[in-house]
Amino acid sequence: MSIEVVNITKSYKSFTALKNVNLHIPEGELVALLGPSGSGKTTLLRLIAGLEQPQEGSILFHGEDNTNRDVRERQVGFVFQHYALFRHMNIFDNIAFGLSVRSRKTRPSKEEISEKVHSLLKLVQLEGLAHRYPSQLSGGQRQRVALARALAVEPKFLLLDEPFGALDTKVRQELRRWLRHLHGKLGLTILFVTHDQEEAMELADQVVVMNEGRVEQVGSPEEIYHHPANPFVYSFLGRVNLFHGRIQNGKIKLGEAEFETDWKDKAVEAPAVGYMRPHDVEISLRPSEGKSARSVQAVINHISLLGPIVRLDLKRLDTDEVFEAEMSRQRFLELNVEEQSIVNVTLHNVSIYVESQPLQTHPPALVPLQASV
Amino acid sequence: MKHLTEPAYIRWTLIIVALLFLGLFLILPLVAVFTEAFRQGAGVFVASITDEETLSAVKLTLLVAAISVPVNVTFGIAAAWAIAKFSFRGKNVLLTLIDLPFAVSPVIAGLIFVLLFGSQGVAAPLLAAWDFKIIFAVPGIVLATTFVTFPFVARELIPVMEAQGRDEEEAAVSLGASGWKTFLRVTLPNVKWGLLYGVILCNARAMGEFGAVSVVSGHIRGMTNTLPLHVEILYNEYQFAAAFAVATLLAALALVTLILKSLIEWKTERQAKLDEEQHYDVTGERAG
Repeated sequence: MSIEVVNITKSYKSFTALKNVNLHIPEGELVALLGPSGSGKTTLLRLIAGLEQPQEGSILFHGEDNTNRDVRERQVGFVFQHYALFRHMNIFDNIAFGLSVRSRKTRPSKEEISEKVHSLLKLVQLEGLAHRYPSQLSGGQRQRVALARALAVEPKFLLLDEPFGALDTKVRQELRRWLRHLHGKLGLTILFVTHDQEEAMELADQVVVMNEGRVEQVGSPEEIYHHPANPFVYSFLGRVNLFHGRIQNGKIKLGEAEFETDWKDKAVEAPAVGYMRPHDVEISLRPSEGKSARSVQAVINHISLLGPIVRLDLKRLDTDEVFEAEMSRQRFLELNVEEQSIVNVTLHNVSIYVESQPLQTHPPALVPLQASV
Repeated sequence: MKHLTEPAYIRWTLIIVALLFLGLFLILPLVAVFTEAFRQGAGVFVASITDEETLSAVKLTLLVAAISVPVNVTFGIAAAWAIAKFSFRGKNVLLTLIDLPFAVSPVIAGLIFVLLFGSQGVAAPLLAAWDFKIIFAVPGIVLATTFVTFPFVARELIPVMEAQGRDEEEAAVSLGASGWKTFLRVTLPNVKWGLLYGVILCNARAMGEFGAVSVVSGHIRGMTNTLPLHVEILYNEYQFAAAFAVATLLAALALVTLILKSLIEWKTERQAKLDEEQHYDVTGERAG
C-alpha cells in the first residue's frame, strides 16, 4: 500500500511542527524518516497513523483520501517508541488485543485468535513466552511483542517510531537485521523514524531527511550520502569539515586552495562554503605534484587512535581553520607522523555551496553547486 | 558512614517525642473511646448499639454513602480521564474546581445548600410547587456529603493516569478498539489500585462527615440523623456510655479504612516497582 502526503502543515499553539510537507512512499519499501529531534519526523508519522490531525493538506493511502478517517479505520500498524505494551495483560493477550476488541460480527473465533497469536509469536521468535507479562521481558523482546501486536490486525503498512532507540548497541544491531529480514518476508510497506543516520543508511531503501518541519531530501542511502542536496543533509549524515571562502571569477577560493567551477555568473562575488568528509582528506609528507592548487599545509594538533582508523585534528596554516582527517591505521603507520608535525593536505571531493545574496529580506538561501574537482 | 548518623541521644529524643505525640493524639483517644463505651458494661454497650434510633442512624449513613460514593466514583473517573488524557481549554479551571470542596469549610458547604434549597432559598418556590423537600431531609444530606467528598476519587486518579501517559490508549485505538473498550480494557485496569484507594477514602469521609451534614440535616431523630450527628446528640444528653458506644462504630470504620489503605499502598508500591523496571530496564537483555 503506497502512502501519499500532500501539502501537510501541522502546528501546535506557537510552534510549527510541519510546513507544507509532500512525500510519496512507494508500496513495499522500507523507508526511514531521518532527522534531528524536533525536526517533525515523529509528528509526520503520527499524522499518517491518524493519531494527530493536520491543519492543512491531505494523506492518501493507495490514492484514497484518509485525512479525515479515524485512527481505528485506517488499519495502520503503529509501534511506539517505548512499545506501549498493555502492562496488565500477558503477551498472548497483548498480541490478541486488536482481534479480540472487534465487534462480534467481525471477530475471529477463540481458536482462530489463538492460532494467529501463536503463529505471530513464532514469527517474532518468542514462542513459549505467551504467559509472561511485559515487565518480565527484556527490551528487545518487548519490541518484538509490540511488532507482533501491530501485525496481528493485518495492517496496510507498519509505522515504527524510533524502533531501536531504547536498546543497547548489540540488541539494536540484531533487531535491525531481523527487521530487514521480516520486511523481505512480508513485503509490507514499512516507515520508521530514527535520528541515527547509520541506522537509516543500513536499513532503508529510501531515506527521507527532515529538518525544522521540512523535507530536505529524499533518496537512496547512496544518493543522500554522495549527493546531498544542501549543507544540512551533508553535515547530518556524518562527520564533516567546513571551509569558508569566496567565489571569484567563477573560481572558488578557500584560503590558498582554489577550485574550478562551472558557475556561470562570473561577475558575482559571494561567500562560499566548502564541505568535506574527513576520510577525503589526503595527507602526505611532501607537496604532491600537479594538485598543488588543492593542497594546503596544516599542523597536527591531536591524534586519536580509534582501533582500525586513526583520526587527526589538524589546523590549516593559511586560514587557521581546524578540521579532521581520517585514515586507516596502516596508512597512519606508513606516514609516521606525530603531533605538531607539519604535513601537506590535499582536499578531495569538496562540496561547495554558495550563499547567494538576494536583495529581498529573505534569509540567504544556499545554492548547491557542483565544483569541478 | 558513622559521621553521617546523628548521636544516639538525639535519635532517641526524636523517636520518643514522636511516639509521645502519637500516643497522646491518636492512641489515647482511641483507647478512651473504647473504655468509655464499655464503662457501664457490655450490656449497655450492646443496648446502645441495637437501639432503634442508632440503627436508623446506621441505615441512613449507609444509604448516604451508598449514593454519594458511586456518584463521586463516576464523576471522579470522568474528570480524571478528561484531565489526564486530553488537553483542552479550561483544564486548570476544572482542576481548581475539583479542589474547591477541600478549600471551603464543610459548614459553608452546608450553608450553600440551605441558601439554595432552604425555605427562603432561591429554588424554594420550585421545590414547594413539586412538594419536594431537600433541606432537613435525606436529599440534602446526600447532596452535602457528595459535595464534600467530591475531590477524593479524582485527586487520587489524576496523578496515576498522568504518570501512565497516553501511549497505551493510543496503542489500543490504533489497534481498532473503540473509546469505551479502550477505557474498560486498558485505562481502568491500569488505575484499579488508585481507584480503590480513592473509593476507600471517599467512603470513610462520606460516613464520617459532620459539619456540612449537621447544617442541612435538621437533626430529626430516626429520620435525618447520621451516625456522627447521633453521637453528638447522645453526648449532649449526657448519655456518655451510649455516645461512646456509637462512636466505636465510627472508630472501627476508621481502623478498617487504615488497614485497607496500607494494604493497597503495599500493592501499588509493588506495581510501581514492576512498572519502573519495565520503563528503565529496557536496555538490559535479561536471560529467558
